[in-house]
Amino acid sequence: MAVLTSRLDPSAEGFRENACRMREALAQIDAFLEQARAGGGERYVARHRARGKLLARERIERLLDRDSPFLELSPLAANGTEYVVGASVVTGVGVVRDVECVIVAHDPTVRGGATNPYSLKKGMRAMDIARQNRLPMIQLVESGGADLPRQAEIFVPGGATFRNLTQLSAMGIPTIALVFGNATAGGAYLPGLCDYAVFVQGRAKVFLGGPPLVKMATGEVADDEELGGAEMHSRVSGVADFLARDEEDALRLGRDIVARLNWRKRGPGPSLPADEPLYDPEELLGLAAMDLKQPIDVREVIARIVDGSRFDEWKPLYGPSLVTGWASIHGFPIGILANHRGVLFSEEAEKAAQFIQLANQSAVPLVFLQNTTGYMVGKDYEQRGMIKDGAKMINAVANSRVPHVTLVLGSSYGAGNYGMCGRAYDPRFLFSWPNSKTAVMGPQQLAGVLSIVAREAAESAGRPYDDEKDAEMRRFVEAQIERESLALYNTALLYDDGIIDPRDSRTVLGIALSACHSAEVGGTPGYGVFRM
Amino acid sequence: MSVPRRPIRKLLVANRGEIARRILRCCRERGIASVAVFSDADREAPFVAEADEAVRIGGASAASSYLRGEAVVAAARRTGADAIHPGYGFLSEDAAFGKLCEDAGLAFIGPPPAVLASLGSKIEAKRIAVEAGVPVLPGGMLTGDAATDDRVAAEIGFPVLVKASAGGGGRGMRVVESAQALERAVATARREAARGFGDDTVFLERYLAAPRHVEVQIFGDAHGDVVHLFERECSIQRRHQKILEESPSVAVDEALRERLGAAALAVARAVGYVGAGTVEFLLDGEGGFYFLEVNARLQVEHPVTEALTGLDLVALQLEVAEGAPLPEAARTPLREGHAIEVRLCAEDPAGGLLPTTGTVHRFAVPDVPGVRVDSGVVDGSVVGPHYDSMIAKVIAHGPTREVATARLATALRGLRVDGLRTNRDLLLGVLESDEFRRGITDTRFLERHPPAELARRTGGEGTDRLHALAAALLDQSERRAEAHVLPHVPSGWRNVPSVFQTESFRADGVTIEVEYRFVRGRLEARVNGETLEGVEARVLGPSRIELEVDGVLRRIEVERHGAHAYAQSSLGRSELEVVPRFAEVAAESASGSLCAPMPGTVVRVAAREGEIVEAGADLVVLEAMKMEHHIPAPHRGRVRAVRIRQGDTVAAGQVLVEIEPPEAEESGTAKESPKDAAKESPKDAPKESPKGSMDG
Repeated sequence: MAVLTSRLDPSAEGFRENACRMREALAQIDAFLEQARAGGGERYVARHRARGKLLARERIERLLDRDSPFLELSPLAANGTEYVVGASVVTGVGVVRDVECVIVAHDPTVRGGATNPYSLKKGMRAMDIARQNRLPMIQLVESGGADLPRQAEIFVPGGATFRNLTQLSAMGIPTIALVFGNATAGGAYLPGLCDYAVFVQGRAKVFLGGPPLVKMATGEVADDEELGGAEMHSRVSGVADFLARDEEDALRLGRDIVARLNWRKRGPGPSLPADEPLYDPEELLGLAAMDLKQPIDVREVIARIVDGSRFDEWKPLYGPSLVTGWASIHGFPIGILANHRGVLFSEEAEKAAQFIQLANQSAVPLVFLQNTTGYMVGKDYEQRGMIKDGAKMINAVANSRVPHVTLVLGSSYGAGNYGMCGRAYDPRFLFSWPNSKTAVMGPQQLAGVLSIVAREAAESAGRPYDDEKDAEMRRFVEAQIERESLALYNTALLYDDGIIDPRDSRTVLGIALSACHSAEVGGTPGYGVFRM
Repeated sequence: MSVPRRPIRKLLVANRGEIARRILRCCRERGIASVAVFSDADREAPFVAEADEAVRIGGASAASSYLRGEAVVAAARRTGADAIHPGYGFLSEDAAFGKLCEDAGLAFIGPPPAVLASLGSKIEAKRIAVEAGVPVLPGGMLTGDAATDDRVAAEIGFPVLVKASAGGGGRGMRVVESAQALERAVATARREAARGFGDDTVFLERYLAAPRHVEVQIFGDAHGDVVHLFERECSIQRRHQKILEESPSVAVDEALRERLGAAALAVARAVGYVGAGTVEFLLDGEGGFYFLEVNARLQVEHPVTEALTGLDLVALQLEVAEGAPLPEAARTPLREGHAIEVRLCAEDPAGGLLPTTGTVHRFAVPDVPGVRVDSGVVDGSVVGPHYDSMIAKVIAHGPTREVATARLATALRGLRVDGLRTNRDLLLGVLESDEFRRGITDTRFLERHPPAELARRTGGEGTDRLHALAAALLDQSERRAEAHVLPHVPSGWRNVPSVFQTESFRADGVTIEVEYRFVRGRLEARVNGETLEGVEARVLGPSRIELEVDGVLRRIEVERHGAHAYAQSSLGRSELEVVPRFAEVAAESASGSLCAPMPGTVVRVAAREGEIVEAGADLVVLEAMKMEHHIPAPHRGRVRAVRIRQGDTVAAGQVLVEIEPPEAEESGTAKESPKDAAKESPKDAPKESPKGSMDG
C-alpha cells in the first residue's frame, strides 16, 4: 500500500495567499449561513418561541443522536433570490437511534413554512437522496402548504412529493411524519402518506379544508379541532398513530419509531482502517486556488482526505492529467478519479472509462474530484477521435451503478462536468468548494467565442464591426458568466448539495459514503455500446 | 509450665465485615481452612465468598444471627472447625459463649471465660485495677437511695458520669452537671441499661473535662507470659465512639509510656490474661492517668499497632490459642515511625452523623505508600441498616506523624465510595485541622469542631459545575465510541453549526445544564449559560478526563452508575444525577368520564359516589359479546358520579362513571414516604446490635 508524501510548502507565498482568500470566501459564506439560520427573522422567531415551539434546527438537534454528525444539505438554496436563504426548509442526513436518515424540517418562521419553488426543489432532492441511498425519511412538518401567489410554479410539480413518499414506502424505505403544526390541504397528505405519523397535542392541525373552506364548500360549520386536531386524528380518524404531549414528546416518539424499524444497512460498511490522514486538513485552505488558472496538485488534496494518506495509484504513467487510484475514507473503500491538470485528453478519457469498469467489477464506490476545463479541442485531437474517447468515459460514468460522490475542487467546465459525474449524472451527493466554478466554459472563453462569432457574422454580411461595442459586450458577458459560474450561484439553484469548507471534505465524503452504504453497493451488469 | 500445642486446622470466624475478611486473610496466609457464618442480610457480602465454607446462621438482625452462640457452635460442628475467632463486638467478650466453645471442644480465640466474666463487669474490673495498684477515677456505687447517691456524687465532685456496669461503646453513659439532675439521670441510665444490656447496675465516676483516651495493647500467652505492645491514642470520638486512632500518642513520653505499660500489665497479670487485649486509660493532661476498662479481645484499631511493630496480631492470637509461647518479636517489641487509622463509616456528617445506607457502586483506594485498607465492602456491596456503620478502616504508616497524616489524607482524598454517603470528609477535615496537626486531640475534639463544619469541603457549586462538564464530555466520548455508524467522524460535527449539545445534571437538587460543542476540534463549553473561557479537554479513559479551565489542568474521575455520576478531582467530589434527555412520560391519567368500550349490559357496579378509589380498582363490569369487560379506575381518585345501574344496557361510548383527582389533603395522608422510613432506621439500629459491635 502506497502512502502519499506531501511536497507542500505551507510557508510559500502562493499558498498563504490562497489560504487567506479562502478564509475570506468562507467568511462570506458564513454570513449567508447566518441568514439561513435566522430563518424568518427575529420577529417571527420570537413569535414562534413565544408559542412554546422549537425552531426547525432545534427540532432536528433533539431528534438526532447526541454527538452524532448532521450533514445539512443545500443550506444556501434560494440565496440571492426573492426568497429567504435556505428556502424555508432544512434538509440533511443525520443519525437517529444509530440509523442514518434523511431529515426534512419545515421552517415555520418563514412565511409559515410555506413551500416556494426552491423549497419544493430542495424537498424533492432530499427525497431523491432517501430513495437512491435507501435512507429512512423523517419529516418534521409545520407548513402552511404552497406559497399561494407562486402556486403556478408549485402546484403541478409539487404533486410528485406525495407520489415519491408512497413510492419510498413501497421500496421498503420507512417514512415518518412528526406533525408540529399546520399541515393543511395538500400538506395533509404528508402524514397521510407516511408509514408513521405522530401529532403534537393541541398543535397539529391536519385537514384537507379548514373552517372557511368547508363553510364555502358545503355550508358546514366546524372548528379546527373537529376538522383536524391531533386528538381527533389520534382517537377518531386514525390519521395519527401517536398523540404526543408536546414537541419534545413527538421527537422522542419519532426516535422510538426509528429504533423499532429493525433497520439493517445493506452495504458492506467500512472495511478498512479509518485513521486520520498524515497531513493537516487545515492546509486544504491554501491548496484550493481562488484563481482557477493556478493548478491544484490533486495528490496533495488526496493526501489530506483519505485514510492514513494511503493511495494506490492505478495506471500512473498513462493519461497523467487524470489521477486514478484506490483509497478509503472513514474505512469505506473508494476509487478516486481526480483531475490533475485540467484538460482531459483521449488517454485520460480511456483511462477513466476503464477505471470506472474496474470499480463496478469490484463494487467499489467512486469519488470524483473535479477540476477540469473540459475535453481537449483542436484538429489533432478531433482527428484522433476525442469524441469517441470522451463518449466512452461518459458512457462508463452514466451506466456505472456503484455509488458516485462528486466534489468540485475548482473548475467544472464543458463536457468535463459530465464526464466527471456532474449533477446531471446523478451522483449520490455533489458538493463544491467555495472557489469552484461550473459553466459550459470559462467566462473569457465564452465571451471570446461570442465575439468571434459576431465578428464573423458582421464580416460575412459585410458590416463593419464595432470594436468598442465588442469590448463592452465581452465585459458584460464575462461578468454575467463569471457570476453564474460561481459556487454560490450554483448552490442557490440546487445544482449541488452544498458548498463545504475544504477542511470538512473528509468528513463530508465519509458521511456521504456511509449513507451510500445504506443501500446495496454493487456494480453495473452492463454498459451502452462503447464506440471503439 | 508446659502446654501441649494444639494446632488449629479449621477456623470459624464468628463475625462479619472487615474484621471477618481480616481474619480470613490470616487463615489463607497460614494455610488454615476457614468457615464464615452469615446472616440473611450478608449473603452477598465479600467475606462469605472469601471463606472456604460458609454457614447461614439466621436473620438479618444481629440478635437472630451473629449473637446466637449456639448457632455459631453448631456451624462449627457441622463444618468440622476446631476453633472460633469472634472478632470484636458480637460474642467476642461473652463469657457464656467462651464456655459454650470450651464445652464443645472448640478453641475460643480470646481469654478464658473466667477472665471475660471478671473483666466484663466494669465495676469488677475497676476493683481488680485498684487491687493491682492502678489508679482509677474516683467513683462510687449507686444505692438507689437518693440521699446516699447525692452524697456519693458530691464526694466525687460534679460533673459526674453515670455509667452502666455492663455498658460499652459509649452506650449507657451520661454526664450529670449538677446534683439537681442526678436522680433523673440515674433513673434514665438504669432503664437504658436494663433495656440495652439486661443489667441495670449503674455507677458514678468522676467526669474529666477534656481527657485523652489512651489505651495499651497487651498480649498474654498460655504460659503465663504477658507483654504490652505500646499505646494507642483514640481520643477523637463521636458519641463516645472512636473515629481516629494513632500511635504513638503525642501526649505520652517515654516515662509515661513505661508507667502506662506497667499499669496495663499489672491488671493483665492480676486476671491471668491470655490472648490479645486492650487496657484503656484516661489521661487528665496533668500527667495523671486513670484505668477505665479492659477490652478483652482484638481491637478495631489493632492495625495501628501492627503498622508500628510489624507484628500480625491475628496470627499471634492464633499461635497463642494453639498453645505456643509469645515469640521473641512480641516479647521485645520494637516500634517504628507513626501510624494513624481512621474509620470510614456510612454516616452523613452533614446530617448529624446519622447512618446512611445504599449500594457502594465503586470502592477503590488510591495506591499510596504506607497505606493499608481493611474493608468490609467491594464494588457493588449493599450497606444496609442492620449492623454497625463502619465499612472500612484506612491505616497510614510513615516515619513521622506528619508523613503518616499526609499519606492518610492523600488516600482519603482519592478514595472512591460511589453511591454511599460516608464520613470521609469529616475524617479529612480532622486530619487537615490545625488542632490535629498540633496534637490537640482530646475527647472533646468533635464538640469544638462540629462534624458538619469539618466535613465541609471547598468547591461547592463551582466544583459541581466543572464536574458536570467533565461528566458530560465523558458521556459524549462514550456515545461516540459506541456509535454504530460514523464513529470516527468528529463528535457532533455540523456543517451549519447552530445549537450546542446539551446534557443536564442535578447536584444537591440544583440543576446544572452543560452545553458544549467542538468546532474543528476546539471545545466550546457553557455551564448554566456561562461560557467557560479557554477550556480544553482530553479524555484519558472511560472514566478519566483531563480538563483545562482558566489555565489550570485537572484530572477528573467520573464513574457512571445508572443515572448517577460520581465525580472526583482535586477540587473535591460531586454526586451528579443525570437528567434524562427526554422527560419521562407519566402514565396517561385520563381524568373525567369513563365510557363503555362497546355496547353491552352492566352486570356489576362497584363504584360508589364520593368514595376514593385506587388506580386499577374495578368500577364497573360490563357483559358484551359473551365476555366480561372490567372498567378499572385509571388513577387514584374520587368517584364524582355513577351514571348507570346494574342491568342497564349501554351503548358504546356511553359515560358510565365520572372520576376526579382526590383533593390535595387526601394525597398528603397517603402511605408513609420512603423518607420517613429512612428516618426510622437509625433508631432501630442500636436495638439490632445490643452489645456494641464496634466499641474498642
